[in-house]
Amino acid sequence: MSTIERVTLPDPRYEFGGDDHVFVELDEAMSFDANFEAMAITQQLRKKDIDGIFEICPANASYMVRFEPETIDPHTVVETLKSVAEETDLSEYQWDTRIVDFPVLYEDEWTHETLMRFRDNHQDPDATDLEYSAQLNGFDSVDEFIDAHAGAPHMVTMVGFVPGLPWCFQMVPKDEQIEVPKYVQPRTDTPSRAVGYGGAFTAIYPVQGAGGYQLYGRTPLEVLDTDQNLADFAESMVFPQPGDILDFRRIDRTEYDEIREQIEAGTYEYTIESVSFSPEEFFADPHGYNEMLTEVLRG
Amino acid sequence: MITVSRPGVLSTVQDLGRFGQYHIGMPPSGAMDPFAHRVGNYLVGNDEDAATIEMTYQGGAFEFDEDRVVALCGATMAATIDDEPINMWEAVSVEAGQTLDIQYASNGARSYLAVAGGIDVEPLMDSRSTYTLIGLGGYEGRSLEEGDELALGAPPEGATDRIGSAVDDEYIPDYDSIDSIRVVFGLCDYRLTDACKERMTTEPWTVTPDADRVGYRLEGPELEFVEREQPFGAGTDQSNVVDLGYPVGSIQVPQQPIVLMQDAVTGGGYATVGTVISVDRGYLAQKRTHQELYFESVNVDDAVAARKAQQETLAAIRKSLE
Repeated sequence: MSTIERVTLPDPRYEFGGDDHVFVELDEAMSFDANFEAMAITQQLRKKDIDGIFEICPANASYMVRFEPETIDPHTVVETLKSVAEETDLSEYQWDTRIVDFPVLYEDEWTHETLMRFRDNHQDPDATDLEYSAQLNGFDSVDEFIDAHAGAPHMVTMVGFVPGLPWCFQMVPKDEQIEVPKYVQPRTDTPSRAVGYGGAFTAIYPVQGAGGYQLYGRTPLEVLDTDQNLADFAESMVFPQPGDILDFRRIDRTEYDEIREQIEAGTYEYTIESVSFSPEEFFADPHGYNEMLTEVLRG
Repeated sequence: MITVSRPGVLSTVQDLGRFGQYHIGMPPSGAMDPFAHRVGNYLVGNDEDAATIEMTYQGGAFEFDEDRVVALCGATMAATIDDEPINMWEAVSVEAGQTLDIQYASNGARSYLAVAGGIDVEPLMDSRSTYTLIGLGGYEGRSLEEGDELALGAPPEGATDRIGSAVDDEYIPDYDSIDSIRVVFGLCDYRLTDACKERMTTEPWTVTPDADRVGYRLEGPELEFVEREQPFGAGTDQSNVVDLGYPVGSIQVPQQPIVLMQDAVTGGGYATVGTVISVDRGYLAQKRTHQELYFESVNVDDAVAARKAQQETLAAIRKSLE
């Protein structure tokens, strides 16, 4: 049975960002250990509601806080973060999260048009991004590659860049993880809702704009709804939250169009189930754990 | 109400910013030079967080349909009320029917028009600041256009008593003479060679045309990365790191550096190597394209001391105006 190889994290590096931020690097490399540690510590920090700390931002293998130095001295912030880290024990940790059905139209016409327009910015101008990524990761065909990308759920390990953009890390052992470079020169254009890949992460672009990730498809779902028209955005204009589990599902154009129609009418409701996530159980048997998770979602 | 008769190059409604949302990718936005914004509000008797109009490189022209006390602070911009020149850093009276006309910046890049009562746009997440990248907040989420009509808040009591009160010359920054920007180096600066770090603080940097509310792209000495086998998940380029959060004011190095400003992207996969201290973010925001600056390395305690000194200055200004 394959497991998630545990990583012993180095001593964290506490770095001052000017007079009003502390950045904490838990590891230079991405791992579930580093990410879960970042999530656990930032969740504890939020609960503690420390006077003077007003931004708490988990990231893939690091986290960051922003504070008012008038209220809390920067050195005290570091001491506080260290003591929270000390108290945090991943082996006893679990959190309530959501697993979400995330339909994706792979090889869609819009991202295809975009990636063809920017071939000169790419490592391999003669292949599509999917062909390039499939080959680089040892797949025989684009279809097999897409099956792998949609074949196991992805965890949101960070949100940012612009409001609503999730970085997602696939919940499989390292030897099954996809890794690709970013574009040699970033594109000046990317369609909204494009599903891209760079490093070891899937990203979903909330709005049209610049980008450097390999383009694989487009989701009909929104990750950002500034007018909060859709029911699933009632509490926040941003859908993805760190710790969410997204289950990408390959759909065809007909289903894409049907979902878009409902999204635009403001009637679409995301398919979401609540789950309690246990890092220990996931580490021990990721494939079995993922099956259990998708079972909850798809019944 | 005031009507925009000429918007200028880029004018937006800003207050001190939108906080608590950085973790979902929402930058603070807010005045790029909070010192000038605050002083403008002091002059007209507002709370320091009242919304002002931030004008970049060129002022706008605004027609008032009611009497108001106003103040113009920040980059030097010649201004007139119905063709009569007015002083900056001073509480000035505008009467109903008059037009305040503000010209190009000659010292600094950004000026703030504070109006007694503040610009009364609908707050979003407790802030009236404009974030144009996704069209949020401020006036319809965008920069001002000709014909826009801006509502004003109720003027604070005694605002008219302030007419003619001015900020003492000793407190007014000479933006163009400030060419040293203080930086706390660190974050991922282990990615740069020692020689490169040395060059970063000894050689001049030039502000490129690509300098806006999101970031200031600079041009200067060639950067040199410590060669390494890239860690898992970072991407193949030597400037890539596993995507992480960017402090406001941080210097990221996709190759030539970009200093992230108030509309910062909140995170990403380029190494960051230091952070401009909070006081100097305001001074950097007053730099114009093609101007030169130096980075000066300071530690966190120096940065806190600089912040404290600026707050004492602000308190002194406030007191002098009472």
